[in-house]
Order: sequence, then structure tokens, then C-alpha cells
Amino acid sequence: MRGISFDIAHMLAGFLVLASFLMLYQARLYALLHVLALHAFVLALSVAWQAHIQDAPHLYITAAIALGFKAMLIPWALRRIVVRLGVHREIEAVGGIGLTMLGGIALVALSLEVMLPVTAQTDPVAREDIALALSVVLIGLLMMVTRRNAVSQVVGFLSLENGIILAATGARGMPLVVEISVAFSVLVAFIVIGIFLFRIRERFDTIDVGALEQHRGGRQ
Amino acid sequence: MITLVLAAIGSFCLLAIAGAAAGRAAVGRYGVYGGCAVLSLLSFGVGLSAIGNPAETLHLPLGIPWIGMHLRLDALSGFFLMLLGLGAAGASLFAIGYGAHEEAPQRVLPFYPLFLAGMHLVLIAADAFTFQFAWEAMSLASWALVLSQHRDPANAHAGFVYLIMAVFSGLAMLLGFVVMAGAQGGFTFEAMRAAHLPPVLAALVFVFALIGAGSKAGLVPLHVWLPLAHPAAPSHVSALMSGVMTKVALYGFIRVVFDLLGGVPWWAATLVLVLGGVTAVVGVLQALLARDIKQLLAFSTVENIGIIFVGLGLALAFRANGFATGAALAFTAALFHALNHTLFKSLLFFGAGAVLNATGTRDMEQLGGLIKRMPVVSAAMLAGCMAISALPPMNGFASEWLTFQAVLLRPELPQWGLKLMIPADGALLALAAALAAACFVRLFGVAFLGRPRSVMAAEAVEADRWTLAAMLGFAGLSLLTGLFPGVVIDLLGPVSQAVLGTRMPVQMTDPWLTTIPVEASRGSYNALLLFAFVALSGGLAAVVVKRLGHGGLRRAPAWDCGFPDPTPMTQYTGASFGQPIKRVYDGLGYVAHDRVDMPAPGDTRSARLISERSDLIWDYLYAPLGVAVGRIATILNVLQFLTIRRYLGFVFAALVVLLLALALWQ
Amino acid sequence: MMADLAIQLVQMTLVLTLAPLLTGLVRKVKARLQRRIGPPLLQPYRDLRRLLGKEVVLAENASWLFSTAPYAIFACTWVAAALVPTFATGLMFSWSGDLIVIAALLGTARFIQALAGMDIGTAFGGIGASREVMIASLAEPAMIMIVFSVALIAGSTQLSVVAEHMLTAHVGLRVSLALALVALLIVALAENARIPADNPATHLELTMVHEAMVLEYSGRHLAMIELGVALKLLLYMSMIACIFFPPGLAGSHAAMPALVLGAAAWLAKLAVAGVALATFEMSIAKMRVFRLPNFVGGALMLGLLGVLLLFVSRGM
Repeated sequence: MRGISFDIAHMLAGFLVLASFLMLYQARLYALLHVLALHAFVLALSVAWQAHIQDAPHLYITAAIALGFKAMLIPWALRRIVVRLGVHREIEAVGGIGLTMLGGIALVALSLEVMLPVTAQTDPVAREDIALALSVVLIGLLMMVTRRNAVSQVVGFLSLENGIILAATGARGMPLVVEISVAFSVLVAFIVIGIFLFRIRERFDTIDVGALEQHRGGRQ
Repeated sequence: MITLVLAAIGSFCLLAIAGAAAGRAAVGRYGVYGGCAVLSLLSFGVGLSAIGNPAETLHLPLGIPWIGMHLRLDALSGFFLMLLGLGAAGASLFAIGYGAHEEAPQRVLPFYPLFLAGMHLVLIAADAFTFQFAWEAMSLASWALVLSQHRDPANAHAGFVYLIMAVFSGLAMLLGFVVMAGAQGGFTFEAMRAAHLPPVLAALVFVFALIGAGSKAGLVPLHVWLPLAHPAAPSHVSALMSGVMTKVALYGFIRVVFDLLGGVPWWAATLVLVLGGVTAVVGVLQALLARDIKQLLAFSTVENIGIIFVGLGLALAFRANGFATGAALAFTAALFHALNHTLFKSLLFFGAGAVLNATGTRDMEQLGGLIKRMPVVSAAMLAGCMAISALPPMNGFASEWLTFQAVLLRPELPQWGLKLMIPADGALLALAAALAAACFVRLFGVAFLGRPRSVMAAEAVEADRWTLAAMLGFAGLSLLTGLFPGVVIDLLGPVSQAVLGTRMPVQMTDPWLTTIPVEASRGSYNALLLFAFVALSGGLAAVVVKRLGHGGLRRAPAWDCGFPDPTPMTQYTGASFGQPIKRVYDGLGYVAHDRVDMPAPGDTRSARLISERSDLIWDYLYAPLGVAVGRIATILNVLQFLTIRRYLGFVFAALVVLLLALALWQ
Repeated sequence: MMADLAIQLVQMTLVLTLAPLLTGLVRKVKARLQRRIGPPLLQPYRDLRRLLGKEVVLAENASWLFSTAPYAIFACTWVAAALVPTFATGLMFSWSGDLIVIAALLGTARFIQALAGMDIGTAFGGIGASREVMIASLAEPAMIMIVFSVALIAGSTQLSVVAEHMLTAHVGLRVSLALALVALLIVALAENARIPADNPATHLELTMVHEAMVLEYSGRHLAMIELGVALKLLLYMSMIACIFFPPGLAGSHAAMPALVLGAAAWLAKLAVAGVALATFEMSIAKMRVFRLPNFVGGALMLGLLGVLLLFVSRGM
């Protein structure tokens, strides 16, 4: 059943992976926030397409949430935070951008290798979508691990969450309630992290999380 | 035919004696090198004819009493014999001229024919003892040649490292043969071929062969000796070691893994693919940063060995999955590249030797502007640089293109390791090719173009006619094999048929001599036509533009954006040329440390930029190993100061333990 | 046979005559976007004529390589451009070289260009050559990865076969093709020395790459190099068009109307690509040299990802 709908679903999932790679590539905070908005926008498109081909109107709500919250509100808010904090705009990556991207490719390969055989029995639309969604999640984690700056860690976390949503919508039949609660939990997490950022900044005059390490007890 | 090879080996040994007798006399040089050239041409012919003919065997009652000496000349041996003959003939021709500058010819002349004899014997050996004997003879003779200028401490160090690695490689090969021979002691290759080893033992043999042949060929991480030893030898020996001896090592690998074992499981292919890809990139990156021309070439040998191993790994992978067409294509591509590498690497080493003779230095930062002082050498070097950078229409591109076509066959492979490694190797090969181009732009641009950086370079003179003959001959062959890849592919057909049971389709019947590896719709390449087009359109453009336009030409000082500078010191050096690449690829096999030594104000000392590079493989593999050996030696040192009674006690205990083991075994 | 030969010859002439016009178009659009009037569309032709009319001023220590290089570079680029289907796939000699060969021919041109940059022995030539090979060391493998993606989907490295395969409907939308397209756009920018990789209009010494290598050229030599640069831009645009946007391309054995339509479609595609390039260059700044490896390396990573997807799953 290779149809155009199948192709577009893949394409959008592929774009999401591409957007994740763009995040890994970005070295500037503002550009990173733009990519985050793009990421959420692609997710919204992808979810809307799933709603269309699965004939599941409640997914449109998910898409709208993704578009409203993640593609507009959160990037805007993060941008305000960055402006207010006057954060140093270049992001330091642990191990260089090239190596991080290479790691990202390895993660994509890994998730494809793991997911494709496991989901061999399921619906072919879901199959590769889930594999790509897992790679989005893994790249989000990689982003959180390799970036020193707290704002980019938040971005990594949000992209990770986008991957989860992609997997959930591809799998058919995630209840709306779950989706809404996930969205709210992300929002809460976002608020907490936002406050947290201000507090770190007040205390240590930087949001490089490396600075926190020095204040941990019990390391001597 | 095989008797001819034996006769050649015998004559090499006689030449060695003659060389020892001749001492410093010039006649020794002409006699030994001239004789070697003639004999090598003979073995080239024998090899060529052996490719198409059925295998010949010979059993001599020499060596170990109940085994004797088994010799065999089949298509695979024939191809490598041809390659050896070609490389050795060129090197000997070159050496007639080059040897005139030798300070101590008596240290080279006896060992050079012995080295050739050893390599010949490896190729026709058909039992483990003969093979091992020849392998060690080859190692020892080349070791003696590496040490021919032993007063230089760097060379002494190189010789030491080489000896350790050669012994290690020989040991690994030996262990491989022992496992294959088994308890029954089937030491002939025939018996090994017939024996079906259990998978665990086959895996063991594979690993031993990979280590043994791989370290001789220069596979990362066993390559450390190569960039030390190859440059230390006289240039014609460097050419032989890089261009030919590494191929003999490859022959050992192919003989054991493809022929005697008869195929390996997919994980082994994956291992070869990983090592090959890593070798290619690590080798070329080190070459890009090398300052010594011959060392640069040696590192580039490591890269090319990586490319060949990628081809062999693809062949193993396809074979493990029963995909015969792909295996034949990849195998042919690998052997084609081996031949190409012999041609252009020998050529480049000849060029390096000619430059060394003309200027007295191998340091590219001392050179420059040689294209005007040594035009013919420069032109031949340019051909070699283009060939090794895999640029059409030269031969390096033809084999690279075939390897890419093999990657693109993409059969349905069930194993995840291969599914990931084959595309990754495609990327690594492409990266290595692009870096090789950068590396040889640097070599040619710094050493041969621009303005001379030293008096020696400014006063260099063109090389002698022997050197030029050897260089031009190999440059011509590089071009011809590039223009007519079909000839080589067809030549390799019987080899692939003998080893794998399949071969690539015959190329020379294709219209316009086009190379079509699988089928015309999948991809084709016609070097001859393209070369003709490029030459034609370039020539046409030159004529038309000159006619149409002003047509005049005037010489003037260089413009240089309005900053005419009188000193050649302002040119880009090799180090500055390599700096961006060094920075971009920092961490891939090396770590660069740049620091600025800025004197305090008032200090009249000049500021310095200190640029260092640490080799990760040496630091993290060999240095700890060396330290561990040192520690163990210190612990065992106690044993040196025992009483005689205790020593006797040790001997006695060892004897009793062995007897006990024997008793338990039965 | 004759028709194929005719198409081949027409294409070779067309690419040669249209290349300066494309460069002129890009410059004009850029100027308009900067609210300048800009040079006329035909200015590149006039530049070429002017350069041809001047004598060559050759540096005193230039070798034969320096004065041969412009013709070799031009010839390699032209032959490569002759192998890319522009308005029809039925090229007489398309079988003599595939996509890998096209990439390698451009590689040969670059190799010679970099050597020519080092021939005079000035600092600027060295800077240009060194940076050029640094960028190429990433752009070339990226190009090969793009070739792989395309070839794995079409089952051929032959560009005319690829184009005909892409014309059929069952290719569909593919993730790997999308990745390859993005990568190819990056490679095209870097290889053609456009912003953000290099600035074709700059003469600020420390930022230039390509211009630094050709600094010492003058007269007809410079004309050949300029023409080669224009040809390369046209080549890349035609290549992107024929692989990723093939509609309109006349198939093999096409009749006259289809050929005319193909030519019209090609011209339209070139115009769109030229305007898009100018707009893109206007909206972005040139990168620092040491940001470039990340940019071009990104293309390599995307290309590799695409190939990997194709090896792992046929559906992508």
C-alpha cells in the first residue's frame, strides 16, 4: 500500500529528523529557537496529516496544541528569557558539532535497526514513523547531553517530547486526554525550568550548567 | 613456467653474492640493478602468462625432510608475480641512476636481490614452511635495507620498530598456519584447502591472518612501523616496500582468507570493512600533515591499503551472502587498486628520490619551484599526484569508481553490521579520496611550485636518464591503465574466477571500449573518450581564444594584491597549507596542540608558535603496551640474579610440568 | 543516433552561451534587491570580450602549469556540463561518464585550480588553495553521498537514466531524497563559491577563497576561468533541476515539440534558480572560514544519513 499518503507521512517524519539535525548543527541561541519553532511546526503538520489519513479528528487538536504552544508560545517565551538574561549567544558543544552530528547519525541507524524488525508486523505507515520518532527522541537526549547551556538543554528536552508525540500519533489510538496531559506536563516543566534558569542566573551569574557542578556537595 | 621463477630466485641469490663481492665499485651497481631489472621483467612475463593458464605445481625435496618444498603458480600468484615484476623492474631501473648517489652501496647491494628473492618465493610457496621462510626472508632483507643508513638515530629507531612489528606479523601468520594445519599436520596448502575447520578455529585463523598480513601491509592500528621504516630506506627500496611488499602482504591475506579458508562469516567482513575505512582516513590525514616527503608517501600507502581492504571486505561480505556478481566486482576493484598503487606509489617514491638526490633534503619546507629546475621529474610527479588523488583520466580513479559501483550494488543483506558499514565505508572512501587530493595539492604545490625556499632547491638539477626513464615509464603506465581500465579488468577475470568462482563480464568487447561493470543502465565510464573530449575542448579553447582575442603575453612581477614581496619566505608553507585541515579534523587519530610562546615585554627573544601533534594510536595503544612490557621486564629482572641451583630448579620444574601435561592429555 | 548527436551538440553550445547570462541574471537580481540598478544582464559577455581583448600579464616565475591551467579547468567543466541533461535526456555521449565521473571531473578542475594558485608563490594563492581544498575535502564526499542516494533510488549512476527514472510517477516522495536535496544545495553553494561559503564579489583578501587563487590571472586566461565559473554554476543548477525537478525534461527519442518544451522548461527552471540564489545570498551573511566545516560537514552528514536510510529500509 505505497500511496502518496504513505510517502507524505514519511516525508514529514523525515523532516522532523532533519529539523533535529538542524538543532544539533546550530551554534547560536536565537537560531536554535527558530529551529525549535520549525521543529514543532513540522510536528504539527505531521500530526495533522496523521489526523487526515487516520480520519481521527481529535488529532487535529493535538496538531493545534503543537502549533500554538510549541511552535509559537514556547519559542517566544524562551526568546524573551534569553533576551532578559542577556545570555552569551554562542552555544558551546561538548566534543564539537561534527562529532555530535556523527553521533546523531549513529543514533538514527540504531533506532532504525532496533525498531524496524520489532515492528515488522504492524501497519507499514506506523512502522517507519516509529523508527524515525525514536531517533528524534534519541537526538533530543543527545542534544541535552552535549550542550553546556541550560537554554539549549531545554530545547533538547522539548524536541524529545516532540518525538514522543510523533510516535504516539503514528501508533493510532492515543487518547486525547493523554495528549493533553502530556502537553500540560510539558508546559509545567517549561515553567519550572524557566524559573530555574532565572534562579541559576541570579546565583551564579551564568547559565552554563557546568557552573552548578562546582557547587555540588560531596565531591571532594 | 614455475621453474623459470625458481631460476629467477636462484639468480637473485647469485646477484646478492656478486653485490657483496663488488663492494663500492660502480660495476656492482650496474650489474646488480641491471640484472635485477632483467630478471624482474622475466617474472613479469611469467606472471602475466600464468594468469590465463592452469595452475602449475612443483615439489622439491628441500627443506623439512618429510614435507619438502611445495611450490605452486596459479592465477592469483601470477597476478601478484606480475605486479612484483613490474614494480621491481621499475625500481631496479631507477636504482641504476639513484645508486650513484649512495654513500654506502655495499650495505644495499647484497640485500636488494635477496629482498626480491624473498618476495618471489612468498608468491609461489604452497606449504606453510616455505611460505613462512620466504615471509621472514622478505622481512629480514628489507630490515637490513631500512638500516642501510643506520648512523641516523631516527633510522635506527625505525629499524627497531620495524623488526618488532615484522616478528609480530610473522608470529601471527605462523599461528594461523598452525591452527589450520591442526593436529594432523597438513602443512601443504592443498591439505589446508581440503580441511574444513570448525567455525571457531576458522575465526581464529582469520584473525591471525588479518593481524599478520595486516601489520605487514600497514592496516591501522598495526601501521606504526610503516611511516618510520619506508622513508628510512633508500628511495628505490622505499618504492619497493610501499609499492610491492605491501601487495605481497595483501597476497598473504587473500591466499589465507579467500583461498585456504574459503570464505568467512559476515562479522569478519564487517571487521575488514571497519578497519579498511578507518585505515584509509587515518592514513591520509597523517599524510596531509607530514613534512617529510617520503613519510607523506608512506602514510599515503597506509591510506591506499585501507582502500584495498575496503574492496576486499566488500568482496567477503558479498561472498558470505552468496552474491557472486558483487563479490567479483569488489574483488576486481581491490586488485585493480593494488596494481594502480604499485604504479603510482613507486612513481612518487622515485620522484621523492630524485628530489632528495638533487637537493639533499626530504623536507618540503626547504623545497619549492622545482618545476622549473626539474621539468621532467615534475611532470611525471604531477601525473602520479593526479593518479593517487583519484582524478580522471588516471588509473586511481578507475579503481575507485569500480569500488563505488560495488558499494552501489546494494543487495538485500540481512546483517545489520553490513547494512551500516557498507554505506559508511562509501563515505569514508569518498572522504579519503578528497583528503588525498588535498594532500597531493599540498605536496606538489609546496615542493614543486612556487619559489624555491632554500639554496639547495634553487640550484637543483634535472635527474639522470635512468631515473627519468623509470618515472616516465610508470607515469605512462598509470595513464594507460587509467585510459583502458577494461584491459586490466579482463586481465583480472581469471584471477577472480580462480579465487571466487566468478568474474566480471568481459570489457574489451564493449563498444568504444567502455567500462560497464554490471550492465549499461547501471553505470558506465569511458575514460578514453572523456580524455579525448577534455583534451580536444581544452586545445580548441586555447587556439580559438588566442586567435579571437589580443593574443599577446607579457611577463611582469607578480601582482599579489599590490604587495610585491621579494622574499620566498612569505609563501604558504606546507604547515600553513595543512593548518585548516588539521584544525577541522582534529581528534581523528591525532590531537593537535598549538601554543604561542610570547616573550614578556622587553625581552628580545622572538615570539614562537609551537605546533605539536600527538598520535592517538601511539599514545593509547603502543605507549601503554611499551610501559607494560617494561614493567613486566622489571619484575622478571629478579630472575637474572639467581644461583645456578635455582636455574636448574626452573628447568627441572618446567620439564616435570610438561611431562605432567602430556600425561594428562593422554 | 543523429538526433542524439544533434541534441548533444546543441546542449554543449547552449550551456556555453547561456552560462554568462545566468551569472548576469544573478548579479542583476542581487543588485535590484539591494536597490541598485546593477550592471546590465549582458555584462558578463562584455567582461569576457574585454578580457579577451587584453594581453596576458604573466608573473615572472609562472610555470607552464599556470598558463595551461585555465584551459584545462574550462575543458573539464565544459565536458562535465555536457554530460548533464539540461533540456533532453537523449545525449549522445551520456554513457561515457556518470554522476561520479561528473563530480570527479569537477574535482580535477579544482585540483588544477588549487595548484595554479600555488604556482606563483604568493601568500594569497596559498591561502586560497589551502581553504579551497579544506572545503572540498568535505564537499566532495558529500557530493558522492548525494550521488549514492540518487543512484540507489534510481538503480543507476547514469544521469540520463536517473532523470528518466525521476520522471516516472512511482518514485514518490522520499525522505532520503529530501535529505539529498538539502545536502546538494549546500554543496552547490560551497562548490560555486557563493555566500555563505565564499563571496564571489569580494576582493577583501582575508575572506576570499576562490578569488585568492585566481588573483594572478589576467587577459584571456582570466576569461577562461570566469567562463568556467559561470559554467559550473549553470551545471549545478541544471543538475539539481534534472534530478529533483525533472518535469518538462524531454525523454530520449523525443520529438521536436517535446524538445522545445524541454528547453523552455529548462530556461524557466534556470531563471527560478537564479532568482532564488540571488535572494538567498541577499538574506544571509558570509560565514567565518572555520564555521564552514560545520556547514559543509552538515551536508556530508545529511547525505550519509540518506544513504544509510536507503540501506536500512527500501521504503525511505
